[in-house]
Amino acid sequence: MLSVLFYLPDMGLNDMDKVMSNKWIIALYVLPALLLIGIFIFIPLVLSGYYGFMDWDGIGAMTFIGLENYTAALQDAKFWDSAWHSFLLAIFSTLSLLIYLAIALILASKIKGSDLLRKIYLIPMLLSSVAIAQLWIKIYNPTSGMLNQILLKIGVENPPAWLAETSIVLYAIFIPILWQYAGFYILIYYAALKNIPDSIIEAARIDGASPVQIAFRIKLPLIMGIVKVTIVLAVVGSLKYFDLIYVMTGGGPNGASEVMASYMYKLAFDTNNFGYGSAIGFLLLIITLVVTYIVRKLTATKEEIQY
Amino acid sequence: MKRLGSFLLYLSLTIVAIFQIFPIVWLFLFSLKDNREIFSGDPFALPSEFRWENYTKVWEGGIGIYFWNSVWITVLAILFTVLFASMATFAITRMKWKLSKLVLGLCMVGMMIPIHSSIIPLFKMFLSVNLIDSPWSIVITYTAYNLPITIMILLGFYYTLPREIEEAAIIDGCSVPQMFFRIILPMTIPVMSTTVIINMIYNWNEFVFVNTFISSDHFKTLTVGIQNFIGQYMTDWGAIGATLVISVLPILLAFIFFSNKVVEGLSSSAVKG
Repeated sequence: MLSVLFYLPDMGLNDMDKVMSNKWIIALYVLPALLLIGIFIFIPLVLSGYYGFMDWDGIGAMTFIGLENYTAALQDAKFWDSAWHSFLLAIFSTLSLLIYLAIALILASKIKGSDLLRKIYLIPMLLSSVAIAQLWIKIYNPTSGMLNQILLKIGVENPPAWLAETSIVLYAIFIPILWQYAGFYILIYYAALKNIPDSIIEAARIDGASPVQIAFRIKLPLIMGIVKVTIVLAVVGSLKYFDLIYVMTGGGPNGASEVMASYMYKLAFDTNNFGYGSAIGFLLLIITLVVTYIVRKLTATKEEIQY
Repeated sequence: MKRLGSFLLYLSLTIVAIFQIFPIVWLFLFSLKDNREIFSGDPFALPSEFRWENYTKVWEGGIGIYFWNSVWITVLAILFTVLFASMATFAITRMKWKLSKLVLGLCMVGMMIPIHSSIIPLFKMFLSVNLIDSPWSIVITYTAYNLPITIMILLGFYYTLPREIEEAAIIDGCSVPQMFFRIILPMTIPVMSTTVIINMIYNWNEFVFVNTFISSDHFKTLTVGIQNFIGQYMTDWGAIGATLVISVLPILLAFIFFSNKVVEGLSSSAVKG
């Protein structure tokens, strides 16, 4: 392997272009990454669609059953419930971008210590979803958790068992999600805001614009491009939520926090329904792609803003 | 009026900081308490005595093996990812060939794919080559799935490298591989270190692949290991707290020392997506 890596090409001394377009060397450098991405990311996606046509328990032989899994999925109330929960999380995540944007606007307005604050905000983003889930299970613990202990102290009687009530659980799960990603989005908005040339802000100030006007009329339009990127990230990210929910509630109680990915995972790996699970997994892919496309279209503008 | 305004701004930023940091402070505190103290109703009281025995108990109770699995799998996958990503980025940005844009496009699409759509076929793939319940399935998957983002982070830096360096190297009689390994790669150390730390965070925290592909306890990494572990210590909150602290500590330490790199990596990973 190494001797191939250091293979010396025949080269004319000054023929730079010839050296830099040597097909063997290009192949040698691109193929490891390309093969790994192709085999382990793209081929499985195609296979997922294919396995969706099969009746398969994961171990035994597959039997072709045509569109049965896909039609079953479209009539499966549990699937639609989980899709609805994923959709709600996507809405919550998109709305929470407004909070993050507001914080970033404050943070970027010549605040002392903004660098340190930004880093403090980012800390939850570094923790694994499993650790976050376990921590928040404890925070939400009805009797000994931090939340209810605080609520009891300030005089709230009978605070709820947050993760055990079907009407609350999805909101309760969204709080750690909000907590986890806050630093990430604030960081992105902050960087974009800091990229706006000072001269533009200065000119507006001289023209008599108030800080609020500057924020809404000048800063926001100028970072709209980044805002759109974050909307796509938030929506697509929400459709993919899994770890946190799987560990915190396992989709319960009674399916009240089931999302598409956790439903698919349970079908395959808990009930050995691999064919049906594959079909749901493939639908998850299609839904993700379609939603990405729609969000991009909805947020597209005719002209890009130039500084 | 103006002073009140800026006071309110600082106040709101501080409240956000408290919201972000308090759950973690609370975790550290209860990892050093016993149940009697934890249940006594004052979540932010300091422990009456620091019960470090919670930590020794869970470490000796078997969490050590998960910890070392996380370490070596994380390190090995980082080495493969950063090497292969650097090579591919070099070929995409510095060499002349027709399909380079297409390969780049594949990488970008690869970043958006929901991994849950591919996990069943991956499971079957590894099953058919006998890699289920082998740590290699994890190393390979981590490498493959982190390549697109790593290439995206490297890309900008590679584009800015001056042509003259390559010309000089070729004229001096370097082969392309010599040039890449001896000249280009060392020059990219700043951006490489960014990708290393981003990969470290991703690999250390990954859950689904290990949970799906690994069933033996002696190959599990921390994220999955602590799940079983916490099951055992169901009612011993101090032990659970200590387990969680041990699992997040390496990343928090890395963040304290390399926070600028983390900030850089996270922001460039998003903006290119």
